[in-house]
Amino acid sequence: MSSKHRLQLKVNGVAHDLEVEPRLLLSDFLRDELDLTGTHVGCEHGVCGACTVLLNGDSVRSCLCLAVQAEGGEVTTVEGLGTVDQLNVLQEMFREHHALQCGFCTSGMLMTATDLLSKNGQMSDEELREGLSGNLCRCTGYEHIVNAVRAAFAERGGDSA
Amino acid sequence: MKPPAFDYIAATSVEDAVAALVRSEGEGKLIAGGQSLMPMLNFRLADPAVLIDIARIPGLDGVEETDQGLHVGALTRHAALEASPLVAKHFPVLAEAMSHVAHLAIRNRGTIGGSLSHADPAAELPLMAVLLEAVLRIAGPEENRDVPAEEFFIGALTTDLEEEEMVTGVTLPYLPAGSGWGFEEVSRRSGDFALAAAAATLLFEGPVVSEVRVAVTGVDDLPLRISAAEEVLKGEALSEEKIADAVDIVRASVNPNSDAQASADYRRHLIGVLTARVLSAAAARATKGAP
Repeated sequence: MSSKHRLQLKVNGVAHDLEVEPRLLLSDFLRDELDLTGTHVGCEHGVCGACTVLLNGDSVRSCLCLAVQAEGGEVTTVEGLGTVDQLNVLQEMFREHHALQCGFCTSGMLMTATDLLSKNGQMSDEELREGLSGNLCRCTGYEHIVNAVRAAFAERGGDSA
Repeated sequence: MKPPAFDYIAATSVEDAVAALVRSEGEGKLIAGGQSLMPMLNFRLADPAVLIDIARIPGLDGVEETDQGLHVGALTRHAALEASPLVAKHFPVLAEAMSHVAHLAIRNRGTIGGSLSHADPAAELPLMAVLLEAVLRIAGPEENRDVPAEEFFIGALTTDLEEEEMVTGVTLPYLPAGSGWGFEEVSRRSGDFALAAAAATLLFEGPVVSEVRVAVTGVDDLPLRISAAEEVLKGEALSEEKIADAVDIVRASVNPNSDAQASADYRRHLIGVLTARVLSAAAARATKGAP
């Protein structure tokens, strides 16, 4: 058995200081240690994108990252976007454009789209689809998802945040 | 699946990481971005006793111009390479190839040193290293050494790297001014590993091809430069006949596998098609000399 390692990081702006096993995935850390179950776990080998979170502002697959690798970092999960009562613009566009059906892929889609919105002023449809291509939706709601993200770009205006 | 248990060390310097590799007596594994290693751990295809995290070693990240060429630190992320103005300036072929690497979230995390050390036989970066005659800088317990990419890759997932060594960076010698380039890849879905990919650089002197490089991947155990194809093009005006000769040589030089994605015959056909496309693209982008 490997010894536990101290882990200090911020998740959705809240500082945590605890001890974890080195093999603990960031996805399991978020879900099991912090009860942030909005991050979904699909394939656990980096294919489906359901577990996507932001680490220091970049979208990453939390199943392909050890919790200890996030030491000193800032993690944003879907819980760090809007709230149930106050959706953020992207979430509002997902609702408006019917961009989710079963909802399993939604948090990963939202986090990838958040990365795209934060780093790009405008995106062509081709770029948008390429940007979202690492996230799988098994309800095949891609058209509506692309529509929602496109609308979020339009709502936000031309400049990157 | 979940990874097996292992000890974890966050290395603070290259010397620290190499010393940890020595102490691990072959049971240690380096991790940087982890975008190849983490799936292997999750599947339990890898079972290291100790994981040595090199991601926070200072000074191994970034792209800079040197007299020898463009130096890329081992910890530079794929996304950083894709977006680098220096890469766009000196090696647009590399920026194009990086855009084909997996998906955004993988490129945000995967590192150059990691991809080269992993040496997947269908990955873009090893192909680029071979095409661009990259020199890998390797740190070891006794000495540091420089290894040309063509000698570094030995087979599928197999490199010249010793158990106690690590890649610290790679230098890409500048191409002659006026060089054109081409890159083409076919995969089943966006972001998948290449069924086959080809890349070329080409320089004209007057009407004739004075320098040309052709490299392919996905069609053998390792990325290959096809020097015989280069030879038939060199010193000649570029024509459809010459390109067809080069294509025949490429198809005869590779040894593709059949798998669930594609047959060996299909891959062999495909790499010829892609070779013709990258040569035409490189010629179109090259500065034309006076006739």
